[in-house]
Amino acid sequence: MRTNRVTTFAVAVSLIVSVPLMGHHGNAAFDVGKEITLKGTVTDWFWANPHCILQFDVKGADGQPVEHWVTETSNPPDMIATGWTKTSFKSGDQVTVTAQPVKSGKPVGRLLQVVLPNGKMLSTFGGAKGAAARAAAAGAGPADVKVEEVISGR
Amino acid sequence: MLNRFLVLILVFPAGLTLSSVVFAQPAPAPRHDISGTWEPVNGRGDGVQAGGVKAMPNDGKPEHDLPYTPHGLEVYRSHKALEGKDAVLPAYYNDPRNFCEPIGFPRADHYNLRQTQILQNEFKVVILYEYAQTWRVIWTDGRELPKEIPEERFYGYSVGKWVDDTTLVVQTVGMMPEDRVWLDSTGRPISDKLRVEERWHRVNHDRLELSVTIDDPKMYTKPWVSMDKFPMKLADPHTDVPEMYCSPSELEKYNKLFGNAASNKEGKQ
Repeated sequence: MRTNRVTTFAVAVSLIVSVPLMGHHGNAAFDVGKEITLKGTVTDWFWANPHCILQFDVKGADGQPVEHWVTETSNPPDMIATGWTKTSFKSGDQVTVTAQPVKSGKPVGRLLQVVLPNGKMLSTFGGAKGAAARAAAAGAGPADVKVEEVISGR
Repeated sequence: MLNRFLVLILVFPAGLTLSSVVFAQPAPAPRHDISGTWEPVNGRGDGVQAGGVKAMPNDGKPEHDLPYTPHGLEVYRSHKALEGKDAVLPAYYNDPRNFCEPIGFPRADHYNLRQTQILQNEFKVVILYEYAQTWRVIWTDGRELPKEIPEERFYGYSVGKWVDDTTLVVQTVGMMPEDRVWLDSTGRPISDKLRVEERWHRVNHDRLELSVTIDDPKMYTKPWVSMDKFPMKLADPHTDVPEMYCSPSELEKYNKLFGNAASNKEGKQ
């Protein structure tokens, strides 16, 4: 991953966060407990079942090539209930995305929260602060939760 | 006089408190009526049951092991589910749901039980499920279950009887064979020998509880409870239930964009 790691810290306390469970697939593909933060430019917002998908390009640091990210959210009814809409994004929007990456190392992940240019924040699956609760739901303990903040494209 | 004044000071607030408690209580359940729009008391996620049926999640705990027959265990092991303790990566499933097949019954109770509309008249109760916008009819006109199944159905044949003023007990038979439907999202099996009992109990005006018992001698050595008084609350009757569907073209795009990459699988499904 062509990114600059800024900080790494462990979350050692259990957070009380409501984490809706995904109904389509489980956690087998994800690096549970890990979170990354990316700055990018929206290329597509796919409003569909079984899960909506936000795609964005992250500018590589120091002349590195652009990295294209694909992040999934939940299904439209869940997204509507938490304030998202089919028009939440348009191509070209500058966004800061916090995501739980997959284990495969590909630029793919589960979107946890996104901050739009106007400062509005949208979150799902408990948001960026739901790491402990998500890990607990996946069978891992709070000690296994590690949050990495990775800022790209600066 | 002073005593009367003191009594008033003490009794009046107590009466107010008592009346507020009394008035805060929901109205009693109407007789023989479970109609309304119902949603899980504990939030939208409670009815998803992604990790297996609510009363017996597929989490590897010994107390949640199901009483499989040898054949039932064999069928379970042939299923590649995306949820539960034996889940596979997102691109390697064989869940009929992920091919947009009807999920059938009782999986309609066991998966994505969200905002659920129940309509009824003197002949039948109709349940409108949010997921996949499916519906089923429970006959309450006194008929019996068919002795011979005319043709198997994804949602079976259901008859209901009121066993008291507020409890409708529903028996359902005649579902699809084991290669067409799953019990839940973790790949637990069911067969065409399945008989399901649902108990819809309206606790009061605002609360409904659903219990489900699975009896499938082909897959399980004894009946077991998959949902135990699952709580639902009455929603605003003006609630506009959102669409939740399975679209083959959207699913294909989702797999191409996300599922394959997340699973390190190249190419399309």
